[in-house]
Amino acid sequence: MPRESLKYLLIAAASIGFVILPFVLESNYLLSILIIIGIYTLVVEGLGVLMGYAGQVSFGQAAFFGIGAYAVAILTTRYSWGTIPAFLAAIVLPALVAAVIGRPTLKLKEHYLALATLAIGILVHIFFNEGGELTGGPSGLTGIPYLKIGGLVFDQDYKFYYLIGVFVLLVFLGVRNLDRSRIGRSLRAIRDSEVAAEANGINSAALKLKAFVFSAFLAGLGGGIYAYYITFISPAPFNFNMSIQFVIMAVIGGLGTIWGPLLGVSLMVALGEVLRWLVPLFIPNAGGEYQIIFYGLILVLTMIFKPEGLSTGWRKKTVSDSEEQEQKKENLTVSIRR
Amino acid sequence: MHVNLYLQFLISGLTLGSIYALIALAIVTIYNITGILNMAQGEFVALGALTACTFYSAGFSLPASFLISVVIIAIVGALIERLAINPVRNASSITLIIITIGLSIIIRGLALLIWGTNPYSLPAFTQGGPLQVFGAAINPQSIWVFGLLIVTVTGLFVFMEKTYWGKAVRACVINRMAAKLMGINPDILSLMAFVISGALGAAAGVFITPITLATYDMGFALGLKGFVAAIIGGINNVGGAIIGGLLLGVLEVFGAGLISSGLKDAIALIVLIIVLLFRPQGIIGVVIGRKV
Repeated sequence: MPRESLKYLLIAAASIGFVILPFVLESNYLLSILIIIGIYTLVVEGLGVLMGYAGQVSFGQAAFFGIGAYAVAILTTRYSWGTIPAFLAAIVLPALVAAVIGRPTLKLKEHYLALATLAIGILVHIFFNEGGELTGGPSGLTGIPYLKIGGLVFDQDYKFYYLIGVFVLLVFLGVRNLDRSRIGRSLRAIRDSEVAAEANGINSAALKLKAFVFSAFLAGLGGGIYAYYITFISPAPFNFNMSIQFVIMAVIGGLGTIWGPLLGVSLMVALGEVLRWLVPLFIPNAGGEYQIIFYGLILVLTMIFKPEGLSTGWRKKTVSDSEEQEQKKENLTVSIRR
Repeated sequence: MHVNLYLQFLISGLTLGSIYALIALAIVTIYNITGILNMAQGEFVALGALTACTFYSAGFSLPASFLISVVIIAIVGALIERLAINPVRNASSITLIIITIGLSIIIRGLALLIWGTNPYSLPAFTQGGPLQVFGAAINPQSIWVFGLLIVTVTGLFVFMEKTYWGKAVRACVINRMAAKLMGINPDILSLMAFVISGALGAAAGVFITPITLATYDMGFALGLKGFVAAIIGGINNVGGAIIGGLLLGVLEVFGAGLISSGLKDAIALIVLIIVLLFRPQGIIGVVIGRKV
């Protein structure tokens, strides 16, 4: 069978599988895990663009995720906004915050963005905890209404499952287009050699800023959906450890790939569930925190032995060759365009 | 009355600031020699403090516990450099930052496994009540902490100015490539940077424990504040790091005392963001001029 038709067959099978899955699954538990995977995938796609294309890292993605979630929670419960305007605010607000922080820090050569996002991440978490009336303090906010789009009320898991599916698909397509666009090529040029990119007239600071704002935008989108799905939020899921987990998900899946984030998120969520079962068996009096050893080990070992991530392992030879050729072609087109 | 209170705040702030300065010194040392922002520096402090507590409660004397802890953490630093940093020394700086973050998580998790969540303590190095100076009480342990900072800075100065390896380090800071071409082995310098940082971190941890107690998760906040201090000073500037640390300590204590104690941890982060937004090259540059 020719490769091309095999590809379409696979895509068709995957789409059918996606559509009928909620009817096959008996347990809501698995469906809820798939939804969480979908939400995290949105966040990690953005982080993947920032890390894989712009060569920057953010240790504060959980904060942007949290700002999105809290924007929905606060605006709908405290200010009785409609669910769609609140959702839009959840997307715009993190992007604005990212623009303010990214502008000065991304002009610098050093990796100051890593430190700035680390600080913002922890500050935002402190704010969620100490925000008193507004954020509900450590116990958080309850009573977030269901998302309503037109006459459709998202009050059940399977509805959310399809909603997330649509968003993830849109983000996949968006990132794929970005990959093949002038911006994607320029970003990759920056990652490979900032000096060469600048010499070719690419404004690296502006492009990195765009990538960072895009990543915050997607984190906010994920956060908004998360709030509507869980309908109650507290500061705990938006802490520094979550930011690190997002980084791990992006790294193990493979940076600068489209499927990498989905793979990374799925592996990490599955690992998280498995560890929740396993750790108490081996260390009976353990608090949940022990799992961070595994996360740290995964992060360090991946970065040392397979920094390009796992999703690039299977299709090694052919793709890396054609990628190289593509790279050459792109370099050519870039230089021709100038 | 108020003057006494302010003096009290100032002394507490300088004590805390000395610890931040020591951590910042270690961060700057590694950064200058290897170009790595070591996010695991705070964990060296926690490990040092906890190790000393363990040896002390096993019956060793205080000075012996201190020395053993410093040596062990220096070895830990060396191991980390050989196992996790050296194999990827040519990787991008983003990779290296992520690795040090991963290392800090591993160390924190292991510390939790070994020592649990309970706080440990060490006795003050010298007995006796607080000293009264102009109506403010000085904890004798504070004087030990100042002393450690002064000894460290003097030692570092002598090392940098008088020894061959010190000169090699300075050459590396000015131009890593040129230093390499002149026959300086950056491999050994990198190992040395991590050994020094491990020892410095452990020393800072042991000295602060009689005041703050030691817990498995103390390293994260301390490391972060060391970073803020280093950045206030302009990340590659030794003098700046010391001033930055002291400044941050004083700011924190005054902020906590005069505004709100819940704000204490936020102050360092707010300072970091303000510095990064408005003066990312460090604020000390104005005072001291050229970077070292």
